[in-house]
Amino acid sequence: MNLQFVVDGLLTGSMIGLGAIGVTLTYSILRFSNFAHGDFMAWGTYATLAVVGAISAMFGKVSPIGSLSFGWPLIVALVVGMAFTGLLALLLDMVLFARLRRQGQAIIVVMASFGASMALRSLLEFIFTSRPTYFSRAIQIAMPLGFGVRITPDQIALLLLAAVLVVSVHLIMTRTQTGRAMQALSQNAALARVIGIDVAKVVRVTWIIGGALACVAGVMIGILIQIRPFMGFDMLLPMFAAAILGGIGSVPGAVLGGLIIGLAEASAVQLIGAEWRAAVSFIILMVVLFVRPIGLFGFRER
Amino acid sequence: MSEPVLAVRDLEAGYEPGVPIVRGASITVNKGEIVVVLGPNGAGKSSLIKAVAGLVPISRGAVLFDGKDITAAPAHTMVHRGLAFVPQTENVFPLMSVEDNLKVACGILKSRESPARIAEIYATFPDLERQRKTAAGNLSGGQRQMLAVARALIVHPKVLVLDEPSAGLSPKFVAMVFEMLSAIRKSGVTILLVEQNAKAALAIGDRAYVLVEGKERHEGVAAELWNDPVVAELYLGQRPKSAGKAVPFGKGSAA
Repeated sequence: MNLQFVVDGLLTGSMIGLGAIGVTLTYSILRFSNFAHGDFMAWGTYATLAVVGAISAMFGKVSPIGSLSFGWPLIVALVVGMAFTGLLALLLDMVLFARLRRQGQAIIVVMASFGASMALRSLLEFIFTSRPTYFSRAIQIAMPLGFGVRITPDQIALLLLAAVLVVSVHLIMTRTQTGRAMQALSQNAALARVIGIDVAKVVRVTWIIGGALACVAGVMIGILIQIRPFMGFDMLLPMFAAAILGGIGSVPGAVLGGLIIGLAEASAVQLIGAEWRAAVSFIILMVVLFVRPIGLFGFRER
Repeated sequence: MSEPVLAVRDLEAGYEPGVPIVRGASITVNKGEIVVVLGPNGAGKSSLIKAVAGLVPISRGAVLFDGKDITAAPAHTMVHRGLAFVPQTENVFPLMSVEDNLKVACGILKSRESPARIAEIYATFPDLERQRKTAAGNLSGGQRQMLAVARALIVHPKVLVLDEPSAGLSPKFVAMVFEMLSAIRKSGVTILLVEQNAKAALAIGDRAYVLVEGKERHEGVAAELWNDPVVAELYLGQRPKSAGKAVPFGKGSAA
């Protein structure tokens, strides 16, 4: 048996996982399913692409780092893109979600996020057209790892980046005062206010973290596959499946859920057939909801 | 002793507009006192102190704290002013460790001060230090209450407001909680307390109010209220017919 699907699964899984962190944080802290999260990914990717374009217009052609397909402009652009996506999420919350949240009906906010998702996507198609584009068209040579497994330098770099980000977010959540405030807010909002936590501030941090990670996940897809306005929307089901599988509110859970779904998708392609790929996250989602609705690391709502 | 630190004036408050639960209540808490609010089930005791803490919308009246008007100030600003509230149930973060429950409340302290402050709290509550890694949701009811009070004390509040701290506890823990409150008052913290367990609360309290249908109907020295026939009247007379679980005053042992 060819074990290539393990590498593919880990890569897809870490993209899903990074996106699912945002989904799970928004769900547990703001108490709604944000369907626009996938479009944050796409917006972040296009923003990064635009900054890469601007840099190459200013500095000309920059040679890639080592055997990677990209150079420093993409790294700088990614940081700018992360900030941009965080601010975009913040802005959308200010003009849309925060106002609707005050009315106290979660379902209205969910529907609004669906509308925002469509609007954001259409806007991207309008600005950048729906034709797929790429950060680089260079072909990378995959290195053999043995057992028939091959991996490209880009893939290694992005797996490392994903790991670093996941560990950082986990440390922020568990070791910093802001992270503890986020945990507190997700576990008991009224009590969080009573002990002096400024909910509005924590909500802002949540959007920024979720948006920034969505941008990274999007750029990963952009580097490894392609950039399309629908790239984020297509990730929505796997991301929600991962967040629910991991247990709503759990950052390690979202990442583990992402990896499981990524690996399951990749092995389904290998063992059953590529046409079943999309069904995998749906089936996993259903099984989790029936068997263990609180997910792997979740807890029962009071 | 007679300097008012917390004053509630003609307060009207409720969760829904037009449906007040607190209807024109006025109470005063003086510096260094333990003030107890008693009353039958549904009298609006909890809503009264939740309104003070900024958790229930206020439609009329005023809350004065330390001479300043804090009426309808956002709940998260209360600890900054020195007013700490301990809710009745769900008063710890169940998935966080005991230590994280304490740390998360240190937000308004300077980050350098927090470790020393937590050490002080552990010195006062050694049980909590032994359980510092335990998830708060796995503590016993009494320990959970202890953690909730300890967390409220961490920011050096001037006034500690508690919603039925003895609710749902076994008699052993009830005694422990009231001893703890007495000790806290001795350390200089003023206490406002809502209680169903009238006997135990009046035993440690200085003054008490009886709240009926959202308004204070009677006020007196705590020790005297226990034998006051008016109090028994207010409790029993106002008990809703359907509410079989309403706790009669003194459970028949007095009045």
